Amino acid sequence: MNTPVTGPRFLRQAEVVGRLLARLPSSRVLYAHEDTKPYECDGLSAYREVPGVVVIPEDDDEVAFILKTCHASQVPVVARGAGTGLSGGALPMRDGVLLSLAKMKRILAIDPVGRIARVQPGVRNLAVSEAAAPYGLYYAPDPSSQIACSIGGNVAENSGGVHCLKYGLTVHNILRVRGFTVEGEPIEFGSEALDVAGLDLIPLITGSEGMLAVTTEVSLKLLPKPEVARCIMASFDDVEAAGNAVAAIIGAGIIPAGLEMMDQPATRAVEEFVHAGYDLDAKAILLCESDGTREEVEEEIGRMQAVLEQSGATGVRVSVNEAERLRFWAGRKAAFPAVGRISPDYYCMDGTIPRKRLGEILRFIAAMEQKYQLRCPNVFHAGDGNLHPLILFDANKPDELQRTEQFAAEVLRKCIEVGGTITGEHGVGIEKINEMCVQFEPHELACFRGIKAAFDPLGLLNPGKNIPSLHRCAELGHMHVSGGRLPFPDLPRF
Amino acid sequence: MTTLAATLARFSASIRAAGAADRPLQIRAGGTKDFYGQSIEGEVLDPRDYAGIVDYDPSELVITARTGTRLAELEQAMREQGQMLACEPPHFGTAATVGGAVAAGLSGPRRSSAGSLRDFILGVRVMDGHGNPLTFGGQVMKNVAGYDVSRVMAGSLGTLGLLLEVSLKTLPLPVAEATLRFEIPEDRALERLQQWAGKPLPISAVVWQGGELAIRLSGARAAVDAARTKLGGEWLESVATAQFWLGVREQTVPFFATPLAIWRVSVPSSAPPLAIPGDQLIEWGGALRWCVTDADARTIRSRAAALGGHATLFRQGDKSVGVFTPLTPAIAGIHRDLKAVFDPHGIFNRSRLYTDF
Ligand SMILES: Cc1cc2nc3c(=O)[nH]c(=O)nc-3n(C[C@H](O)[C@H](O)[C@H](O)COP(=O)(O)OP(=O)(O)OC[C@H]3O[C@@H](n4cnc5c(N)ncnc54)[C@H](O)[C@@H]3O)c2cc1C
Repeated sequence: MNTPVTGPRFLRQAEVVGRLLARLPSSRVLYAHEDTKPYECDGLSAYREVPGVVVIPEDDDEVAFILKTCHASQVPVVARGAGTGLSGGALPMRDGVLLSLAKMKRILAIDPVGRIARVQPGVRNLAVSEAAAPYGLYYAPDPSSQIACSIGGNVAENSGGVHCLKYGLTVHNILRVRGFTVEGEPIEFGSEALDVAGLDLIPLITGSEGMLAVTTEVSLKLLPKPEVARCIMASFDDVEAAGNAVAAIIGAGIIPAGLEMMDQPATRAVEEFVHAGYDLDAKAILLCESDGTREEVEEEIGRMQAVLEQSGATGVRVSVNEAERLRFWAGRKAAFPAVGRISPDYYCMDGTIPRKRLGEILRFIAAMEQKYQLRCPNVFHAGDGNLHPLILFDANKPDELQRTEQFAAEVLRKCIEVGGTITGEHGVGIEKINEMCVQFEPHELACFRGIKAAFDPLGLLNPGKNIPSLHRCAELGHMHVSGGRLPFPDLPRF
Repeated sequence: MTTLAATLARFSASIRAAGAADRPLQIRAGGTKDFYGQSIEGEVLDPRDYAGIVDYDPSELVITARTGTRLAELEQAMREQGQMLACEPPHFGTAATVGGAVAAGLSGPRRSSAGSLRDFILGVRVMDGHGNPLTFGGQVMKNVAGYDVSRVMAGSLGTLGLLLEVSLKTLPLPVAEATLRFEIPEDRALERLQQWAGKPLPISAVVWQGGELAIRLSGARAAVDAARTKLGGEWLESVATAQFWLGVREQTVPFFATPLAIWRVSVPSSAPPLAIPGDQLIEWGGALRWCVTDADARTIRSRAAALGGHATLFRQGDKSVGVFTPLTPAIAGIHRDLKAVFDPHGIFNRSRLYTDF
């Protein structure tokens, strides 16, 4: 799986550690097994590898020094933020250095006038909005993991949240990224102005899964906090009707601040855990949020309510106050951990489809549940067609893992087939590297490899992730996916 | 072979032949943006035979079109469905095509509230320097498989390849719009714009010029009405104002009728007045400052840089000073390497962006 570094492992490790210790305190250069073990995986804990060395810089100079040192010795480097990634992007290498940005967590500046937050990469997503709140501002992208995940990780994955239909993904909400190349040279992408001279490289660095550069500072766009937000919870006695209601809302010219869907197995799991007040008799519920000025929200809520009723909603409840609105969302945001409580293990999938194919995909997933005899509650960012089917299984039962794998692979292939993609927001990492060979043609993959080489000619930054090698795809043939793939025993719970 | 397939085969053959002979190609459709960029060389490769809307389902909020499609046709199709391309790319002539708009990467008045042209790109199909068609991104809102090549195409000025097809995010037309006018000097206008931008107001565009500030409000009827009352100013009739905002987008308002150099200065919105001699028109909440000036390039560029931005010689003037702000060595190196990935023979739109690119 990993490209091994030449030379006897222990010698190389000793050499790197020695050089790093010349400048860094021993408390931040870890190499003893018990110290490095906690870094062996990210949120996709099926893939584990104890890193040879973990190094924890505290400022830009140290990052530059570490990268220069590793580059000189040709040692691969894997950056890590909070380790909540769900595709194994921060999976370490046995013969490599794991660069933890967790200690670089200062908010460098909040500019309330220009509406910009300048932060170090280890800052937690939610901490930005908290720091901006006194100015009536906030940072819009809100992954469900926002209490834990880092801005550096968000940039590397181009993370989304429940509000990205209206407010965009990470790529739409960052202005400038500063960091270091694999050689340890400073580099800057984007600008605090709205554009740059030459090619706009912000989209390349965003979502690059730590393979093009190491981020050390990000300028984030802050938005004025909407005056009010209200949320509708609508019940449906049929999942497809709920899907059609989503299309009807958008067809009516409304862009809700959030538009999420959960099917009955998901709401039941969540309700027990969070007590959000979900309608447990409904086959599916939709959460539709409106935000803006008081007048705007009132008008939009009225319009959405009408569309939902016309679309056959069996119940429509509008949040009466902020506490209730937050309760509606608490359930959705806790969906993964809630599902984690009802099954020994679960596998969280992430694919995107054109919205109009939702019904078809749901039927397909239901058929897969039968075929593989595994349950699969569904939560969707319905507004943008991003699915998170959660396959429940028990890794201790002999073949459940394998069935889960096959189930997941079939769903991903179906996503591609209906014109979607294998990942909407969790990234490719190590998890979906084989599916990349299915989604992209050889010329396109060659292009990706060229881009990688433009930034990192020796391939030392997070090698083996995201972009499959020519060899790998050739070996898989064009349709492959069974066997060979590693299992996904247990996913994080928090 | 269908006509479209034959067209693609012809493009591919032209590209291969040019590559083999080391002959530059200029990708040129309507030619409405010929004025923009460093310089143009090579034989014309005209993508207009590859035209037409491929797919448009308004409830998906996505339109996919071949790049030879006229931009006006695309926008008309959206308008008929009550939707728009919210970044309002300028046409600069009726012949403007979708491909030209994407390659130029320019956005109009709504940019500061709705996002840039780049932000609306969901996917592209592009023919590289080997004559191979490549697809990146797609027709869905969220897609993080592989590097996001499609959005890099915005503003690449055709230097990376021949754009064939593009999928763009569409948005509903606002239910209501209103324009307000204020008399206010530049410094106070800039301050006021920052204050307003920090509040949840439905401001969709602003223009300041010659002591007058115009603000466009867009959104739900109730929100527009409420903001109008809140902000004050003089309320302008909407028929005339639609023409006005179009004139700003298309640069047909009198400010742009000048034989002098027009500089496009992009700075953080909170930057103070530029204090460059000459006239100015300010857009994007303060982030875009058009300057009609005979000041020298060095003065303008160093001022822009000091404020954290950059300056482009947009129209007229002496292009030998460099149309675009020079890149740092590190970024220039990446540009060169990326160019080599997509266009190994260096045939596409040579010198359009930078003389050595
Ligand atoms: C319960 C749960 C809910 C989630 N919900 C969502 C959701 O709603 N939306 C969503 O998009 N994701 C979601 N995620 C996935 C995950 O939280 C995001 O991908 C997040 O952005 C990862 O951030 P991190 O700091 O944990 O990064 P890590 O997992 O540490 O790293 C992720 C990737 O980023 C790279 N990286 C990290 N820091 C840097 C840096 N400074 N420079 C360069 N590269 C770097 C790593 O090498 C790796 O490739 C969820 C995860 C969990 C566990």
